[in-house]
Amino acid sequence: MQNLFAALLRQIIIAMENIRNFSIIAHIDHGKSTLADRLIQHTGMIEDRNFHDQLLDNMDIERERGITIKSQAVALPYRAKDGRDYILNLIDTPGHVDFTYEVSRSLASCEGVLLLIDASQGVQAQTIANLYLAMEHNLAVIPVINKIDLLTADVDRVLEQIDAELGLDPFSHIRCSAKQGIGIEEVLEAIVERIPPPKGDPSKPLSALIFDAQYDSFRGTVIHCRVFDGAVRPGDVIRFMSSGTTYRVEEVGRFALARLKKDALCAGEVGYLIAGVKTVADVRIGDTITHDDRPAGNALPGFKEIKPVVFSSIYPISSEDYGDLATALEKYKLNDASLVYTKDSSVALGLGFRCGFLGLLHLEIVQERLEREFDQAIILSVPSVRYRFTLKDGSVVHVDNPANYPDPATIEKAEEPFIRATMIMPEKYLGAVMKLCTEKRGVSSTMNYLGPGRVELTYEMPLAEVLFDFYDRFKTVTQGYGSFDYDLIDYREGRLVLLDILVNGEKVDALSQIVHRDNARQRGVHACEKLKDEIPRQQFKIAIQGAIGGEIISRSTISPFRKDVTAKCYGGDITRKRKLLEKQKKGKKRMKMVGTVSIPQSAFLAVLQSDND
Amino acid sequence: MDDNRISTAAGLYIHVPFCRSKCAYCDFYSVTDVGRIDGYLEALSLEMELYRGFAPVFDTVYMGGGTPSCLPADRLADVLARLRSAFPVSPGSEITVEVNPGDVDTACLERLREAGFNRVSVGVQSFDDAILTTLGRRHGGREGREAVDAARRAGFDNLSIDLIYGVPGQSPEGWRETMESALAVNPEHLSCYELTLERGTPLHRRVEAGQLTLADEDEAYGFFSATSEFLEGRGYIHYEVSNFARTGALISRHNHKYWDHTPYLGLGPSAHSFRGCRRWWNRRDLPRYISDLRAGRAPVDGQEELSQEQLRMEALYFGFRTKRGIHGPAFRERFGMDLLREEGAALRGLRDEGLIRLDGEVLTPTRRGLALADRLCLL
Repeated sequence: MQNLFAALLRQIIIAMENIRNFSIIAHIDHGKSTLADRLIQHTGMIEDRNFHDQLLDNMDIERERGITIKSQAVALPYRAKDGRDYILNLIDTPGHVDFTYEVSRSLASCEGVLLLIDASQGVQAQTIANLYLAMEHNLAVIPVINKIDLLTADVDRVLEQIDAELGLDPFSHIRCSAKQGIGIEEVLEAIVERIPPPKGDPSKPLSALIFDAQYDSFRGTVIHCRVFDGAVRPGDVIRFMSSGTTYRVEEVGRFALARLKKDALCAGEVGYLIAGVKTVADVRIGDTITHDDRPAGNALPGFKEIKPVVFSSIYPISSEDYGDLATALEKYKLNDASLVYTKDSSVALGLGFRCGFLGLLHLEIVQERLEREFDQAIILSVPSVRYRFTLKDGSVVHVDNPANYPDPATIEKAEEPFIRATMIMPEKYLGAVMKLCTEKRGVSSTMNYLGPGRVELTYEMPLAEVLFDFYDRFKTVTQGYGSFDYDLIDYREGRLVLLDILVNGEKVDALSQIVHRDNARQRGVHACEKLKDEIPRQQFKIAIQGAIGGEIISRSTISPFRKDVTAKCYGGDITRKRKLLEKQKKGKKRMKMVGTVSIPQSAFLAVLQSDND
Repeated sequence: MDDNRISTAAGLYIHVPFCRSKCAYCDFYSVTDVGRIDGYLEALSLEMELYRGFAPVFDTVYMGGGTPSCLPADRLADVLARLRSAFPVSPGSEITVEVNPGDVDTACLERLREAGFNRVSVGVQSFDDAILTTLGRRHGGREGREAVDAARRAGFDNLSIDLIYGVPGQSPEGWRETMESALAVNPEHLSCYELTLERGTPLHRRVEAGQLTLADEDEAYGFFSATSEFLEGRGYIHYEVSNFARTGALISRHNHKYWDHTPYLGLGPSAHSFRGCRRWWNRRDLPRYISDLRAGRAPVDGQEELSQEQLRMEALYFGFRTKRGIHGPAFRERFGMDLLREEGAALRGLRDEGLIRLDGEVLTPTRRGLALADRLCLL
């Protein structure tokens, strides 16, 4: 069996009608990775002894959080009931709003999707949001009801929802239990029967969509792409249409969990391409690849330059590790083009790097990976968006770091980025969501009934309000049934002030925030209370103060330790006690000393979190 | 290696793993099956043979437990005699035995003194019957008084009394009365321990179940500082977190070896030993202890080889727990770290906060510093 499939996968030309390109989309925890695992197993791509859960999620952090961060693709060889051999290209997609653009590029590479719905949870917010994304790309949608083996499964209710809330034909669904391996064959047959084969013309000039890029330490950047027209072979000189840069192709192939070399990638196919591209930063997701000597007339639609929206500084806990951190960031960047950074220095925290991220989840992922994969002990300053100030002398400055807040006396006009937020939810949550949006300084709302009981709401809101502590609260007030997306629209004037935090009288610039005058006091109180919870008690009293200009607007106090001593310390007590101290010391090493106070990493993000999480 | 230790001669500890009953708070290893005493004593002799040559000279012996006084005085005398023949115990050594009220009378203590014990530590814990009941002790306050009086009558001129504070139901006044009662015999030494909740003990379970409430941090500090003030007011030196001596010469020389990284040999189940940079410990299991020794094996359960970094951390920890403190030049000699200079900022902070003092070249904890000793070494 294995050999037959390997031969099939290596086949140079597979007729387009025998190719299916598809993706699985679902609300979180509805079983996307498990279904992917099962499809891979069923098609004999992997022997059972080599199997482990979440085959496509390579990173520890993906497995632990149960999320997919990077797109992955795999070609599944499948002999259908019609007796013909097919290649089913599964493109796995990330599942978070920070990565919406990557998801849209992956979907643009497909002809159809499996819309996976948990039989006991039913249709959820992301089910709908993902369905809309698929519909935007005119993809064939196959509803798949998963987890039918659960005692709490209620397939009839899900069928009603598919009809009423998704507007899809409920008779078209497939029932399965990815966990138990039930219905997998039916899913595979439906992919063959109901997802159209790719269209394209192999004789036309090359046009291939880049949907992902990954760094390989031996080969440089491995570009993941979908060929729409033409064909690409080793030796070809290709051009990236957005930048105009050219490269000579070294290798092309298909994903079979590992890379499998081929002689060509032809119209309709999904695969990889290696062309001596040094870093992933040289590749733009969504860009079109064509031939240098016979370029396509137009680039494929939908390309966007991704720009960071959240900024924060990363500092080594111990200043002598600055060089190590620089090296780690350089290496990290090889595989994550969306991270941007420059050198930075803080009065309180010393030398570091100012970084730009796609969103807060992206920031957390970078932080975790730097710690785990690169063994860095780091602190991140309070995240910020990028503000625009017009000074009295007429000059305009962009400030994404509160430490660089201009002297208030020189500011003529302060502006902050605004977004248009689009939210979809059942009608009964409308009141709560509108209240939340108003609290977050939302304006110019519109409302639109999508169907009975289901509403689309838009608001224009300051980006800062949305990034920090909006999404969690939105999910809470809609009990997980709301979906949310946003687009940057413009900069608008706002009454902004700089909120400083003082710890034992010393200003900690990495804790400063730029906030709106109207909720400055409340934010100051909130920050002081959060820091009180996050900063561990020490043997002296710690005073935390919030200040605007010279004026103290909030304060909290951390009471000192009075007694912390083990009563008995004889032969049998010493080893146990020392181990405890070593652990404490290690914990302390992960905190940043500011003056005489140790501040843990969590404190810098906590000031932005709401009280109820 | 260290020019600041009280003595460089080794210490010898014997763990006697028998108790008539288990106290509610105690997690030291002991069994109540006194039928095993013979087997234990036989194994102990075999263990002594294994460690002949451990050190050129010993100048302290400490017989603890468990409850050594579970054994007849003659058997304890016999153990000491065998120790003396197996190890070079120098003349003038400090030789301590722990006894429990209710176990001993004047005749028994006289016998122990004749045998060569010159220091006795009486596990009084409290003179208050209600507190003793909470602790699950077998004796009352009266037996405690009788035991210390008997020790004096027997001629012990180095008497230590163990007391516990912070017991559920104990008031600051009640604790003070217990200390007053102890001072009636003018003991040379007092150990006053804050009650520590040990996992797996009946007391731990009762506190977990909400049946008893332990002193909170402020109350515990109140007990601690009141104890220190009271006893220092009566002329005692608060020389370690939980220990007080009437004069500098009367501190427990044996216990100080644990805090100076001086070699010590621990014999008996669960006993710990230390030499050079190695620490090892015996099985907490009397039958296995016996069977190992009968088979000619050391009854060792585990060991650790301490890195210089670990030794340094321990030295800091010990130093900040004792009035002798940390001798700057000796510490630098040993660990290549100039505490008085390199760690300057952190230490200056501690001095400014009144937690440590610098006397010449010695860093010592203040009373408030002693109460926070577990934190000081993290700096």
